[in-house]
Amino acid sequence: MNIAVPRMPGPGREGQPGANATGGPTRGQISIRNVTKIYDPEGVNVMAVDNCSMEIAAGEVCMIVGPSGCGKTTLLNAIAGFHSITSGEIYLDGELLCGPGKPKAEQGADRIVVFQHGALFPWMTLAENVAYGPMVQGKLRKREAIEKAFHMLAEAGLGDFGGKYPGEVSSGMARRTEIVRALINNPKVLLLDEPYRAMDALTKSIMHESLLEVYDRTKVTIFFITHDLDEAIFLGDRVHVVTTRPCKLKKTVDVTLSRPRNYQALSSEEFRLLVEEINGAVHEEAIKAFQSGEREMA
Amino acid sequence: MATMATPGSGTTPASDLPTRLRTKPTGFALFWHQTKTSLASPTPYLTAFGIFLWFFTYWLLCEGLQLPRFVKIPGPVTIFSEWFSMNPTQGISIFTAEYYHHIAVSCRRIAIAFFLATAIGVPLGLLMGWSKKFHDYSFPILETLRPIPILAWVPLAILMFKGYETPVIFLATLASLFVTTLNTMLGVQSIDEAYFRAAGCLGAKKWDVFRHVVVPGALPYIFTGLQISIGVAWFSLVAAEMVSGDFGLGYLILSSYVNGVTVPMVIGMLTLGFVGWFTSIIVRMIGNRLMQWHVRALALQGR
Amino acid sequence: MADIAHVENRIMPERVKRSRMSKVLGNAEFWRGLLALVVFVLLWEVGARWKEFFGYSLPYVGLLPPPSDVAVAWTKVLPKWGYWESWYQSFKRVLSGFIAAMIIGIPFGLMLAVNRYFRDIFFPPFEVLRPIPPLAWVPASLIFWPTNEMSIAFVTFLGAFFTIVINVLGGARSIDVRYLRAAQSMGATQWDLFWKIILPGTLPSIFTGAAVGMGITWEVVLAAEMISGGGTQGSGGLGFFIWNSYMGGSLPQIVVGMISIGIAGYISSSLIRMIGTHFMPWRRMF
Repeated sequence: MNIAVPRMPGPGREGQPGANATGGPTRGQISIRNVTKIYDPEGVNVMAVDNCSMEIAAGEVCMIVGPSGCGKTTLLNAIAGFHSITSGEIYLDGELLCGPGKPKAEQGADRIVVFQHGALFPWMTLAENVAYGPMVQGKLRKREAIEKAFHMLAEAGLGDFGGKYPGEVSSGMARRTEIVRALINNPKVLLLDEPYRAMDALTKSIMHESLLEVYDRTKVTIFFITHDLDEAIFLGDRVHVVTTRPCKLKKTVDVTLSRPRNYQALSSEEFRLLVEEINGAVHEEAIKAFQSGEREMA
Repeated sequence: MATMATPGSGTTPASDLPTRLRTKPTGFALFWHQTKTSLASPTPYLTAFGIFLWFFTYWLLCEGLQLPRFVKIPGPVTIFSEWFSMNPTQGISIFTAEYYHHIAVSCRRIAIAFFLATAIGVPLGLLMGWSKKFHDYSFPILETLRPIPILAWVPLAILMFKGYETPVIFLATLASLFVTTLNTMLGVQSIDEAYFRAAGCLGAKKWDVFRHVVVPGALPYIFTGLQISIGVAWFSLVAAEMVSGDFGLGYLILSSYVNGVTVPMVIGMLTLGFVGWFTSIIVRMIGNRLMQWHVRALALQGR
Repeated sequence: MADIAHVENRIMPERVKRSRMSKVLGNAEFWRGLLALVVFVLLWEVGARWKEFFGYSLPYVGLLPPPSDVAVAWTKVLPKWGYWESWYQSFKRVLSGFIAAMIIGIPFGLMLAVNRYFRDIFFPPFEVLRPIPPLAWVPASLIFWPTNEMSIAFVTFLGAFFTIVINVLGGARSIDVRYLRAAQSMGATQWDLFWKIILPGTLPSIFTGAAVGMGITWEVVLAAEMISGGGTQGSGGLGFFIWNSYMGGSLPQIVVGMISIGIAGYISSSLIRMIGTHFMPWRRMF
């Protein structure tokens, strides 16, 4: 049985400027080359990311798995432009985001982050939140933006909640709204920083299916950080296991599960084999992180 | 549970959802439960008893038993009969124009001081919380001046500003200015970094961030600050009116003491308490109006 | 938006502490603050002496004593016994009122928090009296108490009492009920619950209340000293020191008094903070 998941909105494949004739996405290709990040808060160097390189193809769902506080978020922050990097370079669609001479990328609506604890503005209704991007960029007038926001919320099954404040709806709805808020800007890349971390397993599974549905429709590149291996395999095209701090690539596995996927994939033999293949590496890092005894950073 | 209502939304008609939402919040159920239990509990009766007990003790000490030192303090019967008397023997009651004049003078001073302190303090605090550089330059000066009690400024204020009115308003303004500025600054600093980042991601420029993140995000703290600030303003107003005043409730209290009439003194105290309480309620109501999002979220948490 | 360097400092916990001195001196924040203070004092000096330079005086600022005169007046006062006696008198008054408020206010607040019936009966009258500013009690207190000293102590006590009670009550009521249940499930008695959970759980609020209460106490003592103006300069306290300087027309000495009280208030609130960190090791910043 297939549970009907509300369709998430987003530019259809046809309408998407990034889709070429064969339907393969061409936007949102990221190259991370030899990136190193060293913090120097108290005169003591702390290496968060150590010479990390990876290639993310356009339209790929790239999953980064590693223990909490290992430096995965640092990588995401560098792409989003929240933090500088110490050395190396990051390219988006062939353009330099940050690198030598430009340690910090500019923040822009082509790379939108969905945060761990959610960052819907609590002082705006869900519709105002979704409308915020186009409005503040001057793309749409306020009324048009709100109208479009309501439309997209309705497509995501949140039509009746547009006038509610984030504090009044469940965390699942809030997180889904946040993804709508990102998609309305037609971004090249979605950066998700453990967005489902605080959710119970059942809500999480709903969120997964809805994200898969979004991806199937938009083929937007997704950079997804998690510490949940099942989540990584279920959602991803490729899973990168990284080491505990400093963050370094440990193992990369291509996920061969076919798309579109649904929850039944979770009980398939293929899925089990993938878990078996990756589990050892993840567990090893988990033990290292645990033994270092450092306080996790939110 | 609420989150469970969503998954089925594919099979449930969407029009069903608002009704579900209304019954959903555990916070509201909790609130309802608390209301019901409190109605069934002895609380209202005990409260009435407590107030009665307090008045009775007060009466007994001052008027009933007429104990040595208490006899100098007017008891509740004397106060209330005087307060509501058409022809007060000591000059002040709700039927005398002078009573309202004192109230009006104090309220006017508070209104000016509070308005000035808010108009200066909120922008200053926003700027101090928002810009690290501005904070670095201005905060030490603020922190150096703040430990000096407002009352210590009295002689200086009298010397710097001529007349009765300006020094009093200056002192009340100064007192609330510190509170408002610091709370606003803390409010900005308490805003989750993620909101700044989210706004940046969505393409907000510096000025947009200020209008859409800094100001609304600090609002709960600002209003907490304003509520404290109006209390502090009353506190220093009374002191200033006592030391250098011409009319006003603080002046009424001290001049009654000096003239040896004790009933207007107590009437002044009680009026002051009531007016002070009332102004802080007004500030809270304005805050709640401006922060629907905050109020609703708190209500769902059962607070 | 906050500086990025500032944000990154927050994200990484410090590993090794550099010496405090080098940390302060190597910090732009410190130098900016110092610069601002120096500029502030200079502007004050120039503003106050405007008349000497330009022949006419500035409004308001021109009436202030220049900081250099203040410094001179201070050095004159420092060796005098009466000045230090003022410090002692004010501190004595603040502490006596404050300690009395702690001794009565903490148990009262805890009783309000722990016992419903007690709260129902005593909280409403408390709430009725609370909005009356402490200074409004001064005349009534002067009438009631036989000596000036006792009336000052009483008003000081009131000033701190309301704040402390409200903070203790709020703190004790906001203790996470899970702690209580956890303790109960481990077999704690009511007595244990009070001493091991409720009291430590309320400590942070007690110290917050104490810090605020201490500030109010200083205000009240000052006002009471100014209004009642007790006796000679020696026994009058710092409030009377200021008032006396005002009556004597010595402007610089007024400012000396203000600064002295500022320092005294700062010392008292630092003391409370120090005691607080001593009693609450789990709240120390790492």
